[in-house]
Amino acid sequence: MVSTVLFFLFAGFAIACAVSMVYHRNPIYSAISLIGVFIALSCLYVMLAAPFIAVTQILVYAGAIMVLVIFVIMLLNLEEDTALNRLRYLYAVGGGLGVALLAQTFFIFYAVLKTPKVPVDAGTTAGKTMSIGTAMYTEYLLPVEIVGVMLLMAIIGAVTLVRKLEAPELELLEEQQSDKRIE
Amino acid sequence: MEEAVKTAFPVLVYSAAILLAFQGVLMIVAYTVLAERKVLGWIQGRIGPNRVGPWGVLQPFADLLKFILKEDIVPDKSTKFVYFLAPMVAITAALLPMIVYPFGPPISDPIGWLVPYVPVIPLGSEPNIVAWIAEQARNMPLTIAQIDVGVLFVLAITSVGVYGIALAGWSSNNKYSLMGGLRSSAQMISYELAMGASVIGVVILAGSLDLNSIINAQSNSTFRWYIIPQFVGFVVFLIAAFAETNRVPFDLPEAETELVAGFHTEYSALKFALFFMAEYVNMFTVSVMIVVLFLGGWYIPGLSYIFEVGSIPYALASHVGFLLKIFFFLFLYIWIRGTLPRFRFDQLMTFGWKFLLPVAIANVIVTIIVVYLMN
Repeated sequence: MVSTVLFFLFAGFAIACAVSMVYHRNPIYSAISLIGVFIALSCLYVMLAAPFIAVTQILVYAGAIMVLVIFVIMLLNLEEDTALNRLRYLYAVGGGLGVALLAQTFFIFYAVLKTPKVPVDAGTTAGKTMSIGTAMYTEYLLPVEIVGVMLLMAIIGAVTLVRKLEAPELELLEEQQSDKRIE
Repeated sequence: MEEAVKTAFPVLVYSAAILLAFQGVLMIVAYTVLAERKVLGWIQGRIGPNRVGPWGVLQPFADLLKFILKEDIVPDKSTKFVYFLAPMVAITAALLPMIVYPFGPPISDPIGWLVPYVPVIPLGSEPNIVAWIAEQARNMPLTIAQIDVGVLFVLAITSVGVYGIALAGWSSNNKYSLMGGLRSSAQMISYELAMGASVIGVVILAGSLDLNSIINAQSNSTFRWYIIPQFVGFVVFLIAAFAETNRVPFDLPEAETELVAGFHTEYSALKFALFFMAEYVNMFTVSVMIVVLFLGGWYIPGLSYIFEVGSIPYALASHVGFLLKIFFFLFLYIWIRGTLPRFRFDQLMTFGWKFLLPVAIANVIVTIIVVYLMN
């Protein structure tokens, strides 16, 4: 009983935040709503007996990624967007995608209702830190390594983009630009 | 009757536990503020607050009353909703980690231990309910929520606390607030990494992310608090803890000479009090983490020779020992505030990224190699 009430509380909060994220034109409200979605989702993970995933959700998404998003919004000090007239046709595309998403959701409902209910084994350890760690470093070692290399590539890319140029390179760049100005 | 008791029991016990922990933490926080003013006074050759109550012991209540009665000023051009949300986020994120603190060792049979001393307990006609409650209470750990990722939980929730400060700085619509908020969030994000990396060594040694298991791993017969094998991790964690809580010498977000009061420049009355309280609760949280991870938590060597393990006196003595260790670190915070000057912002960033983080990572690698070779 209690868990049903809690489920609807968190699920309702998640949906409300998601709607508010799409609805608001002010980017900072959208960002705050998205954080709300992440927190509500992590509460749902706790109820599904997956505390590790719940905590990782907050640590990675709410604690790291969204902080950077908020940072960017704060630094750019974005104004409220005015409605665009020349991109009207995008409404139709958005509507189509929305219908597709809705169909997908209903299909998932249908699939969930059709699958027979299998009682969960009381001794199951899925969701516990130990079983996640073991699975990641034995069965799924290759995907984990590939993701690690990809993240490293992203970091190197970011560092390359913001790196200060050495003096000779800088001179070269300035020369090129002054040449362009003369032309 | 019996069913009602069985349904109500967990709710009552957890509500009582949360209330008790909440009250306890807030009282400790209130008296940390007083202790800070007193100790700073002594360091600077002053007396400190001494007018409200004997030796000023009622000062925190006077301060609270003052915060409540002050005028609550909201800047005209502020973003209202976010302006109100920010202090709430800050205090919630500060108080939430409380639910995983290991306050003391499990008591093996609390009700059974009490029966000879408190004749009221058997409740007359329905002894089976008492037996049921005694069964439920057996080996109950003195933790509100026993989750197996306690360390990560604390790190995750404290990382959410950044929003309180960042949003407060942004929504106040004041350049000093914005600069303070930005500085503070940049600092917290930077030092969070070093903090997390310094914890990994302890987690590897203990083989668990659960705070109670980490304490148990440190309490096995011999004297093996992790401060000895993980001394580097301890120092990194301690420094990162000072930066995480925005305390001297890392209190750049509130550098008075540059930023007035930093992110809370525009906050007054109770909203300011919430930020103030959140800072001290965060100090308490990192002190708890240091004690649990590196100083054996509630474990006191030799206590098992005096009291029987699992009895109530043992739990109480352990709890007092736990608090004393925490108070030492709270005192250390105040001591350092009275001693050290402030860093410059570029020094702070260079120190965090180019020194603290590499040291923490090197510590993790060395720990992994040593543990691998020892097994």
